[in-house]
Amino acid sequence: MTELIILAVVAALLLTLTLWKRKSPKQLRAIPAFTRLYSAMGLSVEDGTRLHISLGHGSLLTPRGGSALAALAMLRHLAERTSSSDRPPVASSGDPVLSLLTQDTLKEGYIAAGAEELFVPTTGRLTGMSPFGFAAGTMPVVRDENVSANIMVGSFGPESALIADAAERGNVITIGASDDLTAQSILFAAGQDALIGEELYASGAYLGAGAVHPASLTVQDILRWVIILVLFGGAFAKLAGVI
Amino acid sequence: MRVLTAVIAIAFGLLVLAGYFIPALHEWQTLLLNWAMILAAAAAIVGVFNLISVHGEKIRQREKGNLYSALLIISLVSTFLFGLVQYLTQGAVRVLLDDLMSTLVNGIIFPAEAMLMGLLTVTLLYTAIRLLRRRANLMSIVFLITAALILLGTATLPFGDMPVFSGLRTFITQTLAVGGARGILIGVALGTLTTGLRVLLATDRPYGGK
Repeated sequence: MTELIILAVVAALLLTLTLWKRKSPKQLRAIPAFTRLYSAMGLSVEDGTRLHISLGHGSLLTPRGGSALAALAMLRHLAERTSSSDRPPVASSGDPVLSLLTQDTLKEGYIAAGAEELFVPTTGRLTGMSPFGFAAGTMPVVRDENVSANIMVGSFGPESALIADAAERGNVITIGASDDLTAQSILFAAGQDALIGEELYASGAYLGAGAVHPASLTVQDILRWVIILVLFGGAFAKLAGVI
Repeated sequence: MRVLTAVIAIAFGLLVLAGYFIPALHEWQTLLLNWAMILAAAAAIVGVFNLISVHGEKIRQREKGNLYSALLIISLVSTFLFGLVQYLTQGAVRVLLDDLMSTLVNGIIFPAEAMLMGLLTVTLLYTAIRLLRRRANLMSIVFLITAALILLGTATLPFGDMPVFSGLRTFITQTLAVGGARGILIGVALGTLTTGLRVLLATDRPYGGK
């Protein structure tokens, strides 16, 4: 029952803050990875190269689905902004359901940009169904398809190092984010910029995806402060011998 | 149509969520999750066609690496036909085909994945070496020193174990790293929670919506 109450409170907070954020201008701290992403988007349109967005292999039927959904929100806005480029963005994933949603999201991005006729279904790809199979299928995309920026957002494991290495060899910049701790450390070392922890879920807010995205960041901040206070309260209570 | 998909997605999402809290709805939750698994299996078939379509296009356009694409399609079709014949036959032929299929998996797929795992070790070492060239800042230095200390505390050294390194390794992995990891995981959990709620409230629609 406690979980249900927490969910209801968070949902109410999210809705209230969304309405509030619609009226107030958003204020976000600068994250270097998003600054680089902006410049990579502009560069790909100007010099006729393409973005490669890899959404990982997080199945929507598992708890890893959260990062996949955040990646889809990011893909939607990247597709909208770069669809008019000579070379359209290409997206890869390692899960069949995610692959279907990838194609659908790409198409929605094109429709929103008023360029539906430019959409090519094969730009949304299933490159493999096991983690290493996915990496092996994604490496040639990064290396051979005139990619200028490799954006890895979603659920990855250690195999992310192979994809980032393929990008490095092709002089392609890598911006990475994952919900997996191993992949986060690998992407920190292998990429030009990495999004750490919950920054993965902030992409929508930074790409201007609507008031609900900055609102969900504020909800996360509120919940984080509540957790911090509970942790400190618990520690002090333990010290004082109350619990 | 879009409103209908959103209504169906929200209703089913809420029903599955409610199944965790209301025992009476647990049966419905299981049924819906089973349907989802069947749909995921169907999506895998669509995914295979996507793979054929992408690589077929590569061959048709004579793009770079089209030879590998041809090899992939030939392997895919032949394995499928092989599996089909295996399913349809019985007796001694079936036993022979079973053996051949196991050889195919054990002789190609497992070694290829093991090879990639081996390659990963070298790649990670190479990545660590390149880190300072790419991003020479305090965080990179701390990252590399930490990795070196952990390695020294874990590896068997020719002159025996050094208690300083093993003590440091224990402190780093069980105090600093665990604390940091918990902080990151709390952030990830909060992000997942709000992302899930956005989808449930239909403000984010990864299913043919906005």
